[in-house]
Amino acid sequence: MTATLTEPSTKAPATIGSSRTRRMVGPTSRFVLLLFFLVVVFIPVYVLLVTSFKPRGEISAADTWSLPSEWTLDGWETAWERLRDPLWRSMQLAVPAAVISSILGSMNGFVLSRWRFPLSNLVFVLILFGMFIPYQAVMIPLIELVTVDANIESGIPALLVTHVVFGIPICTLIFRNYYETIPNDLIEAARVDGAGMLQTYARIILPLSAPAFVVTLIWQFTSIWNDFLFALFLSTDENGPVTIALTNLSGGQLSNYQASMAGALIAAAPTLIVYIVLGRYFIGGLMAGSLKG
Amino acid sequence: MTEQVVRPKQRRHRTRVATWGPGLLLISPSLVLVAIFVYYLIGQNTKLSLSDKHTAIDPEDFVGLENYRELLTEDRFQHALTNLAIYTVAFLAGTMFFGLLWAVLLERGIRGEGVFRAIYLFPLAVSFVSAGVVWRWLLNSAEGEDAAGLNRLLQIVGLDSLQNSWWDTPNWGMAAIALPAIWQLSGYVMALFLAGFRSIPDEQREAARIDGASEFQLYRHVLFPQLSPVALAALIIAGHMSLKVFDIIYVIARNTYQVEVPATYMWQVQILQGDPAKAAAIASVLLIIVAVLIVPYLVYSHRAEKR
Repeated sequence: MTATLTEPSTKAPATIGSSRTRRMVGPTSRFVLLLFFLVVVFIPVYVLLVTSFKPRGEISAADTWSLPSEWTLDGWETAWERLRDPLWRSMQLAVPAAVISSILGSMNGFVLSRWRFPLSNLVFVLILFGMFIPYQAVMIPLIELVTVDANIESGIPALLVTHVVFGIPICTLIFRNYYETIPNDLIEAARVDGAGMLQTYARIILPLSAPAFVVTLIWQFTSIWNDFLFALFLSTDENGPVTIALTNLSGGQLSNYQASMAGALIAAAPTLIVYIVLGRYFIGGLMAGSLKG
Repeated sequence: MTEQVVRPKQRRHRTRVATWGPGLLLISPSLVLVAIFVYYLIGQNTKLSLSDKHTAIDPEDFVGLENYRELLTEDRFQHALTNLAIYTVAFLAGTMFFGLLWAVLLERGIRGEGVFRAIYLFPLAVSFVSAGVVWRWLLNSAEGEDAAGLNRLLQIVGLDSLQNSWWDTPNWGMAAIALPAIWQLSGYVMALFLAGFRSIPDEQREAARIDGASEFQLYRHVLFPQLSPVALAALIIAGHMSLKVFDIIYVIARNTYQVEVPATYMWQVQILQGDPAKAAAIASVLLIIVAVLIVPYLVYSHRAEKR
């Protein structure tokens, strides 16, 4: 499924030529419709941008949709001041957690697709279930387990452990689906040569794993960066990630709208950059969610 | 004699273990972590939900299903469940509609397809928290002179009569709070459908056209029926996300009773009221609702794969 989605840019034009004359809805009207929806999807972005540049006094109901009469960076400065430290904490959380859960996922995916053991399919399903549960169902004992029993500091360390563990299912799924596409001959050949499991993994599988690593790393980075639920229960404004800081920045009764909107853009920037630069891999993680690989 | 019979058997067993043993060892750290963090914690939560630990310091004494009984007869919880149902219906209808529409518009290839796809999908990369900041403002309930957000936009484009108080509307407000979620996830459904369309061989379209099928008939009788597995996957994925909804409601409306769902109610009970047993019971009900949807799907995909 991943493959079919990343390919169409090359595949689609081939179908166009043969059927161009027989369209019910012409390409022009389709294009206009698509443009219309593009504008609709962009509305929130427009509002974020223009509001973030408005001077503090200019947020009145009447001119909410107009461009700023005077462009200012005040909102951006306030937001940056408030979000700088949390942004750094989010980075310290999302990068290592994404790397660790990807490595674990790769090992699991290898074993569950290419080095199966009795009941390994059942084990796989049991692991997968972990990515669908509402995390509320583990939240109360989780807080105690992580911060009291395991004595891990609340804030980023506690969140790091949590995100690594709850990232295991999706990473395992992505790697398992990916490794299933590696020809069995390669593994058999290594086996005949007397390679053990670790050697097979390190020499044959790992060098081929880069595409799947890109997918899991992006997916994990994005979902950890954007997480709010775990952060709300396991951290505070002083030690939490950027999502917590942003809700506090925008949550007060006397909302500073320009700073909130600028803050929303700042908090979204890292994942948006990843999406813009590596979008096609992002979709790979997306498709894995449907379990079909 | 007996020894000789037993030994080869043992050896065979040992070699088999020698083959798969290391694999099991390699994944054991993950297995232990998942076992603890998912299954043990679900067990702990269930235990808590069956106790009368109604403050942080109460002992955890077993009281059976009492918390569940109270919860399910409580007006407030029923209200939260109804809200969740309305939200889910609105969310699924919205994402499936836009997802399928965009996929149909894009699937035959069009100039700038990559750009359209990328832009329809981009909200997915944004957190509900960031999105919530702007949607809270867009869904501002003021009308007329004071209207801001979408109500003001409706005035500007001359659709004054469509102004409404969005999520502040009793009952149907839940549908309005689904708008940001629809905005974020329609692109995902589009991507699923697009992949589905592209996996149908072109010959089938050609054959249908040669048989004289109109475009409408082509979609109705040839293409759509083949998309039903994709539609099922999309419904289940989007459906389970919808049942877990928390972030967007928290960010836009905090603990407003009007738009309360089980997930936000659980937060309220645990953090603001400090009643662990009741919060755990709410979380368990949520888990059961999601599991009813997900477990059959997991079993089904697992079986399909085996075949």
